Amino acid sequence: MTTKLTILAEMRKVAEEQAKKLAPLSDDLVLLDSGLDSLCFAVLVARLEDKLGLDPFTAADDVAFPVTLGDFVKVYDRAA
Amino acid sequence: MLDKTAQRTESLRDWIGGPNRHLHGRDSSVALGELVRGTSLGGRLPDLADRSVLIATGDQLTAALALIELDGVARRMILCPPDISAAHLPRVIADADVDAVVTSGQIDAAGELGVRLHVVCHPAIAPMAMLSAERRDTEWLMFTSGTSGAPKMVVHTLAGLTGAIKRDATHETPVVWATFYDIRRYGGLQIFFRALIDGASLVLSSADEPVGDHLARLGARGVTHISGTPSHWRRVLMSPQARAMAPAYVRLSGEIADQTVLDNLAAMYPQARVGHAYASTEAGVGFDVNDGRAGFPASLIGRLPSGVELKVEDGTLRMRSNRTALHYIGPGAPALAADDGFVDTGDLVELRDGRYYFIGRRNGVINVGGLKVNPEEVEAVINRHPQVRMSLVRARKNPITGALVVADVVLRAEAGPAQVDALTGEILQLCRDDLPKHKVPAAIRVVPSLAVAASGKLARQSA
Repeated sequence: MTTKLTILAEMRKVAEEQAKKLAPLSDDLVLLDSGLDSLCFAVLVARLEDKLGLDPFTAADDVAFPVTLGDFVKVYDRAA
Repeated sequence: MLDKTAQRTESLRDWIGGPNRHLHGRDSSVALGELVRGTSLGGRLPDLADRSVLIATGDQLTAALALIELDGVARRMILCPPDISAAHLPRVIADADVDAVVTSGQIDAAGELGVRLHVVCHPAIAPMAMLSAERRDTEWLMFTSGTSGAPKMVVHTLAGLTGAIKRDATHETPVVWATFYDIRRYGGLQIFFRALIDGASLVLSSADEPVGDHLARLGARGVTHISGTPSHWRRVLMSPQARAMAPAYVRLSGEIADQTVLDNLAAMYPQARVGHAYASTEAGVGFDVNDGRAGFPASLIGRLPSGVELKVEDGTLRMRSNRTALHYIGPGAPALAADDGFVDTGDLVELRDGRYYFIGRRNGVINVGGLKVNPEEVEAVINRHPQVRMSLVRARKNPITGALVVADVVLRAEAGPAQVDALTGEILQLCRDDLPKHKVPAAIRVVPSLAVAASGKLARQSA
């Protein structure tokens, strides 16, 4: 599975577990409008670290915070 | 020696004068000047004089108004945070000797709390003659996260709570403060005081407001000074509306500020001074770090010009000043400070290259986005599952909320993979039913055994 597909699958899983309604996932979706809250994103980043062996937000100091889903995927792609 | 009682000279009402100052809620605003000769308590302030008053309003604006009116009049004010469990209130009322309640009308205090004197606070200010009664030193009771799950209360004075705040007279433009905190928590309350002392207005947060709307509101109010936890700020950095405001001062507190969030804020708000601050509900305000770097310089250890003394002992930061809380409240309450007057903050620090870095909490308390989680409280819920022999709840570092709660569980009998999946699902459901969501483990790992220390207690990792 590509990184992006893994991210999308985990987002859906976290949304389901936390009983959140997930917005349709597109690259320009603003993460804060996705239906996931901070806690959901925290869980998502932890799950992705387990799946991908990588937490790009902790690995480097100079990483910019993502605004859209496209940004978020890029952070992982770049760090991979 | 430090004298914690003799320095009280002012009450909140002394700081609300001056033109064009407002408290801005999400839906309504109050001109502070109206309160000089007005009441938000329907003129019932005399009824509340010398009482121990529980402030349990549904929103921050009415809590702020009640604090301003009651300080210097009530014997005690007990400031309820928004998430206090109703189950804890009877003990709070007993321990703090509560004999009056101020609400925003959202509860039936006599029926639900058994307190007969109930006053409702409104954001609509009615005119009132000045209260002629003499001012008194009001005790401020704040909640702190205890180690056993039930909230503990500490006693502060206004002088102690505001001792670290110096009026900053250098501003050329009017100061407008804001905080992402709830002002009923220590971090938010500090900003409420700062706004009052600075002669400023204050823009309050609102729990369920979308981040983008909140930022647009902060921009529209012309916010110049703003504080929040690193987790609050990470949410801001993820918003397309982040530049809706252009603050001159950005402040972080309440959690470990890492270099990533500091650098991102400096880039987002190039015009702003970005600083992080260290304080705790028990130990009071400690110090500010304004060099743009995580951690704090080792040179701060010792006595600071502000009068705060810092030392590191057994790996944790200890603080002594005349701003620490006076004592805990309630029967069997432990001593707050050691014999030498130093309060152990419980925050573990590590020295690297002349700088101390915060690495976690010694007693295992987990800080999830500024909300404290006691591992024992979560373990107690997990251990109720009939198949669980024991469990250990610990922190897992996280770049979004600072930390997450995770659990290691030992089962009573060996289980296959399918069984393990089903059991962890059941355990999670138990947690979701009984705990606020930040306390629910993000992951449950089944392990063959847990280390037990020589004391017979579970061996807790220190960070």
